[in-house]
Amino acid sequence: MRRETKRYTVAFVILAVLLVSFVVWNLNAGSYGISVAQVMQIFLGNGSDATASRVVWDIRLPRVLAAILLGGALSVAGFLLQTFFANPIAGPFVLGISSGAKLVVAMTMIFFLQRGLLSNSVVMIAAAFVGAMLSMAFVLLVARKVRSMSILIICGIMIGYICSALTDFAVTFADDANIVNLHNWSMGSFSGITWSNVRVMAVTVGVALVWAFLLSKPMGAFQLGEGYALSVGVNVRRFRVELILLSSVLSACVTAFAGPISFVGIAVPHLIRSLFGSAKPILIIPGCFLGGGVFCLFCDLIARTVFAPVELSISSVTALFGAPVVIYMMIRRQTKRT
Amino acid sequence: MQAFYLQTQNMTVGYDKPLIEHIDLRLRRGEIMTLIGPNGAGKSTILKTIVRQLRLLGGVVELDGQSLASLDNKTVAQKMSVLMTERHQPELMTCRDVAAAGRYPYTGRMGVLSQADRAKVDEALAQVRAADLADRPFSAISDGQRQRVLLARALCQEPEILVLDEPTSFLDIRHKLELLSTLKELVAERQLAVVLSLHELDLAQRVSDLVVCVHNNSIEKVGPPEEVFTEDYIARLYELPPGIYSAAYGSLELPRIPGPPKVFVIGGGGSGIPAYRRLRRQGIPFAAGILQEHDLDFPAAKALAVDVISSPAFQPIEEGAYTQALAVLKTCENVLCCCPGFGPDNDANRRLLNAAQETGKPVVFSEGVSHGL
Repeated sequence: MRRETKRYTVAFVILAVLLVSFVVWNLNAGSYGISVAQVMQIFLGNGSDATASRVVWDIRLPRVLAAILLGGALSVAGFLLQTFFANPIAGPFVLGISSGAKLVVAMTMIFFLQRGLLSNSVVMIAAAFVGAMLSMAFVLLVARKVRSMSILIICGIMIGYICSALTDFAVTFADDANIVNLHNWSMGSFSGITWSNVRVMAVTVGVALVWAFLLSKPMGAFQLGEGYALSVGVNVRRFRVELILLSSVLSACVTAFAGPISFVGIAVPHLIRSLFGSAKPILIIPGCFLGGGVFCLFCDLIARTVFAPVELSISSVTALFGAPVVIYMMIRRQTKRT
Repeated sequence: MQAFYLQTQNMTVGYDKPLIEHIDLRLRRGEIMTLIGPNGAGKSTILKTIVRQLRLLGGVVELDGQSLASLDNKTVAQKMSVLMTERHQPELMTCRDVAAAGRYPYTGRMGVLSQADRAKVDEALAQVRAADLADRPFSAISDGQRQRVLLARALCQEPEILVLDEPTSFLDIRHKLELLSTLKELVAERQLAVVLSLHELDLAQRVSDLVVCVHNNSIEKVGPPEEVFTEDYIARLYELPPGIYSAAYGSLELPRIPGPPKVFVIGGGGSGIPAYRRLRRQGIPFAAGILQEHDLDFPAAKALAVDVISSPAFQPIEEGAYTQALAVLKTCENVLCCCPGFGPDNDANRRLLNAAQETGKPVVFSEGVSHGL
């Protein structure tokens, strides 16, 4: 086996083992203690404890699946944006795309709640997608005017603040019993995910992921420059649109179900690239999905258990672990350049 | 006669609005066409239009007899490789990875390389003498090495035509030469047609089969190097004062220091050039003589000296030139003798040196010249 192939295999095995371990850990840890053996029994369909069975099937398993799917989606969205902007510090959160999605989702929720309607998953995703596209349009507009990536990111962060502020106003003035939910959601959380949510997100994320994976080849060429990609036969215009749409759909899906989650989109692709020692999309896209899943399971475990029964917002935990990675990357890039 | 491989008919190029119109270029396989001209003249614009990075604003570009617009991306990519100035620094890629990117038009849906593809990549790297770089990170090699790897990438595309925009910029002279001689080899071996732009006139003159001069929003001149690289034309193309560009050497001199000459330089056989250039650097106006017009020193003297006393080529120095030189020498403060030896053809210079010593002018001998002369 060639040396790189061996490394890639080892990397995938590590990610798979971590994923499985965290899934098991997430299922048994929590305010209602369930042992690993019990979890296995529940899966095999002969759990004796009905409550434990309910906790695992109805609460923890959907939550675990959501963390994997959404964490993976967020990381892949980050990787797509990094490819698009040819910069490893791009991501759905720092570019304000998550916050744009959050704003429109909050508005939509309030609108539905005030009329006594319950909004469903598809409507939420659609709303988030609209918000993501609005932010994205603004970011692209800025990107056309300024060449500097740092200015672009500052703009993205400002958009993020504006959208968050507007969301906060909306949440504050929305008078409804469900306000608590809305508030929790707007802070970012994997709690309260239902099986029907999981189904919708699995389909959305699945389709977008497969599509992104099929773009691996042109993405690899695009990493060597837009002009170069064009010269080897990539339909650059179409490819760029695809990247934008896919990254927006993926980050919209995350925001619709779990609210804004920070830094996963930058930190995970970076860690995965370092783990594989490569930036080849054909490896990094599946790698990011697994890595994002692991990262979010880990963060969600902390969010749920460290101060139980109080639950932390997922975004605080991802920021705590993700932001240092981002800072490290920026410093390393800067020192490398000089 | 082989048919033209690349042909542009009445091509109009520009960013959105036309910059240069009526461009008719013709290139056969096995030939190198070089675009020269001042900065901003539109060399890159022409190249970018040919490689379809810019929209063709008018006319037709034909590749192998077919209109480029009618060909699909993949077909074009299998015929034409491109090396533009875009400098991307991909992270975590080895040189082999970068070169392998050139297999793009040949690999399948997911871009996985076959054994045959890998062999082609190694072959291309070997051909540009970058085989030893294959496993190094692309971000850790020098500019010169990088250009070679990018050239290997272009070769992996198995092109019939290669388009390069200023491939030698940022390279030191050794790497410039290496790159261009590799290019020459490739052209001969693979019968490539090559279009490139260069800033180095001396190199352009040596590698090109055809030179295209881009100036004043037009293709001012197209022809073999010997027609283009004349003193008058290059001066006009780059809007230089006369005398700065030397066609014989393909080199440039700084403009001369004007004023009454302070030093008289006795040169010949190439010995004077370093002295002329040193005086020019020090800002001292000087006269040079007596040089036969075929002398190595003559073009540089003409460019740099305030006054050059010359005598017709292939003949002993004429008496008239001697008297003239003596007169000029007498107005100078110093005499510098660089001439390494005297014989029947330049005996006048020996007499000139003696006369200088007799008049009591300070005479300095440049290094390497024995004083007994």
